[in-house]
Amino acid sequence: MSEATLCLLRLADEQHSLEDYQSGVPRWCPGCGDNAILSAVQRLCRDEGLRPEKTVFISGIGCSSRFPHYMKTYGLHGIHGRALPIAEGVRMARRDLDVFVNTGDGDCCSIGAAHWIHAIRYNMNLTVMLHDNEIYGLTKKQASPTSPKGLRSNTTPGGAWLEALNPVQVTLGVQNASFVAQVVDWIPELLYDVLHRAWKHRGFSFVHIVQRCPEWLPNQFEPFVRDPSKVALVHHERGLSISPSLAKVYRNQIQHDPRDIDGARKIASQRDPIPVGILYHDPSVPCYEDLRRGNQPPHSAALVKKGLEKQFDKFTIWPQTAEAAD
Amino acid sequence: MNETAIATSPVILAPRVLDEHIVEVISDSGEGAQRCGQVLGAIAARMGNGVWSEEIIPAEIRPPQRSTAGASGNRIRLRAGRVTNGGGETDLVIAFNEQVLLGRVRAGALKPGCIILLENCWRDDRDASVSAAYTKVHDELVAAGYAVYEIPMEQQCRRLVADPRRGKNMFALGILCAIYGLSRDLAREQVRIAFGGKDSTVVERNITLLEAGLSWADRHLALRFSIPATPVTEPQLVINGNIALALGVLASGMEVCAMYPITPATSASHYLTSAFEAVGGVVHQAEDEIAACAFAIGASYAGKCSVTITSGPGYSLKQEGIGLAVMAEIPLVVVNVQRGGPSTGQPTKIEQGDLLTTIFGSHGDAPKIVLAPASVEECFYAVITARKLAETFRMVVVVLSDAALATSQVAVPRPTFDPAWLAPPVNQSPVPAGKPPYDWDPLTGLSERFIPGQPGGMHTITGLAHDRLSHVAYDPESNELGLEARSRKLAALAKTLRPPVVHGDEEGDLLLVGWGSTRGAIEEAVDRLRAEGHRISSLHLLFLQPMAPGIGDIMRKFRKVLAVEANWSDRPDGALFDDETRRYSALALLLRSRTLIDIDCWGQVTGQPIKPDAIVRAARAKLGTIAGDAK
Repeated sequence: MSEATLCLLRLADEQHSLEDYQSGVPRWCPGCGDNAILSAVQRLCRDEGLRPEKTVFISGIGCSSRFPHYMKTYGLHGIHGRALPIAEGVRMARRDLDVFVNTGDGDCCSIGAAHWIHAIRYNMNLTVMLHDNEIYGLTKKQASPTSPKGLRSNTTPGGAWLEALNPVQVTLGVQNASFVAQVVDWIPELLYDVLHRAWKHRGFSFVHIVQRCPEWLPNQFEPFVRDPSKVALVHHERGLSISPSLAKVYRNQIQHDPRDIDGARKIASQRDPIPVGILYHDPSVPCYEDLRRGNQPPHSAALVKKGLEKQFDKFTIWPQTAEAAD
Repeated sequence: MNETAIATSPVILAPRVLDEHIVEVISDSGEGAQRCGQVLGAIAARMGNGVWSEEIIPAEIRPPQRSTAGASGNRIRLRAGRVTNGGGETDLVIAFNEQVLLGRVRAGALKPGCIILLENCWRDDRDASVSAAYTKVHDELVAAGYAVYEIPMEQQCRRLVADPRRGKNMFALGILCAIYGLSRDLAREQVRIAFGGKDSTVVERNITLLEAGLSWADRHLALRFSIPATPVTEPQLVINGNIALALGVLASGMEVCAMYPITPATSASHYLTSAFEAVGGVVHQAEDEIAACAFAIGASYAGKCSVTITSGPGYSLKQEGIGLAVMAEIPLVVVNVQRGGPSTGQPTKIEQGDLLTTIFGSHGDAPKIVLAPASVEECFYAVITARKLAETFRMVVVVLSDAALATSQVAVPRPTFDPAWLAPPVNQSPVPAGKPPYDWDPLTGLSERFIPGQPGGMHTITGLAHDRLSHVAYDPESNELGLEARSRKLAALAKTLRPPVVHGDEEGDLLLVGWGSTRGAIEEAVDRLRAEGHRISSLHLLFLQPMAPGIGDIMRKFRKVLAVEANWSDRPDGALFDDETRRYSALALLLRSRTLIDIDCWGQVTGQPIKPDAIVRAARAKLGTIAGDAK
């Protein structure tokens, strides 16, 4: 076979179909927003031809964290709240991998909140999806930090006591935020576009996904789903551009330059209509793994030997020479 | 005779030849006593003396000056032969003020009649309360029988440097070199090495101070000791246990170390940071201990085995991460430089309190490999071994060091680099079709792990119970299969271990059993008692889990077995602590359950290293009961 034929065959090998990324039948409830996120991500992988063996999904614990099991890539379904530091370790060890993180509102904003804050600051090249359904699902309907005030749950039968935490605002408040977006599970086209842009950004891409939970909060977002005017499309030539068909349905639109962090914070504070799109994007923030390893020589046996001998020299006392002996 | 009298030209007699001497250099924090002690140790080691040097550390960064709690410095045991532990009480101390000295006296650190060289500038201090305090302590020490020599260190140093508080230490070093007849050329050379990073004026200033100390001692001090040295023929490293751990990380070929600052473990990471970076490694200071563990797990999962270094409180926080690594079979090295506990406990003090939490830690059945280096040298090799075991067995390997090893500085043979120490490159070869990610060998439980990047090996690992395909599985068979496979790995490793070697005869009246940093003290105690004719031996365990084979057989050849360790055990008093209620020390508990032998235990949890003297007393008492039984 000629070189050209081999090349074509290799290319054909590297063409992937959706099935190449699908693993098993998701066990999420019918109508769960996680299904929409999974479809969008599988499409993204196919469209960008991500090599399954070079792609890793890391998650914590919760409904959303089942995500890696449904991807035919490498995956690590970890422990509650720790998806981000695990993913950071993966990135630090392997800058050649595409690393995605799936985390929920309990996982990210409650038990893992400390890691979230610092992950923003590290700005490692991770595509992070916060599946936010405003409720604990897997443990059966307890209030989460993003549950709105007054929400009745098993731990707040009289209604949630506190104002909800706003994950987008929090993220925008931390140094080194570099990509912050918000999207809803019921507009697949936008979900795909935002995730695509998030993946393309080199840095900590934080996508807050407003996600429906048909089991515990079946009506929570119904008004927003039914009434397109309760969703505001955030668009800009530097951010998302909106297709004509989408623009026709969603008339409520905000023109916003994603370089403008003050504008982003203002938009993020808005709960109704829900702003959807890229709120902030600064491609210039350096990635921690690049700062640490970008200019490093690759780890090798020869280098280790050299470095080790140098360190040994530092602490070595040599046998006394004859002349030095008193 | 008042020994504070300074003769103008002392009659220097032939030095008294000694087997060993323990020397302390103590000052307020920041006055450089530690540097003085370190250099002294290095000179003596180069001359061929056995040297064991321990840091004396105040609990606060800047304790008030001249306070009894503020002693900072070094304690150096100089010996004619090999030295394996810090030994007993101090024979000679040089103190920069009387309050730090008083702190050491009250702590029982000094031998009765100990020689004290005391900075005397306080006698004439402008502050009357200072001079009164000085005189009071001085007179009390003289009355108590200490051999006190007042030394005008400050006065002498002021002639040479503007701030004697920052130069006295080298003057003191000169005095000590004169007293112990150490090579003056080596002393100059070591001072040059110690200040090597500084500019030449700093080096020369310190040499001048050293010379001043030497010549002052020549003119004014009659004390002369000689500790015979055996010239060394091979290069040695003068390092403490934490540096040995860090060098071990470097030598193991690991690439990522994740940590969070915690005493007394942090100095290992401090030291590692720049050395590691130079060879392509990274020390990541995480936002907390949990994240440090998770970060190391992530790095291990996607590449070479990684390490996280911590101490007690951090170790507690890492337990959930350790459980994940156990369950998902992700190799991981965890170094725990133990300190006093529980809770914040005694951050700078010595305790072997984490053995049981290490073996049983993390919920559920979480088997992991546990090894405890017993010397500074073993700290280095333990990390290399740990990395290799972690990768081979897909397991968590915990290295249990402690504050005693962390802060003890000794000379160890310089290791010869061996490429076999290093982790192999990350496997990126294709995985044969159909090979499951947990292809547990029915005998050994071992399976090959697939690393991201390996085509065909895609799977999701999970902390949930899972089957051979890594699919979440709640059925009873899968759960027990996984538990058994993970447990089999320990048994498989155990079969490869050699029985430990008994120190002393292989049978007798009493066997002492220990682990970790107490080895030197235990063996010294055994040697002393054997010299008296007692039938006593000792056994020291490097592997705490799995344990080496044959330990029960060894023990059965002795009439009694006594575990000696620095963790809490109830001393039976018959009132509340009796046979039914008594809690045993950690190793005793493990060995009793494993061997069904009625092992007794003895320990101290004073925060200080257990001294050979104390072990001799405890063993003697135990031997007494054996003799009593025989009647």
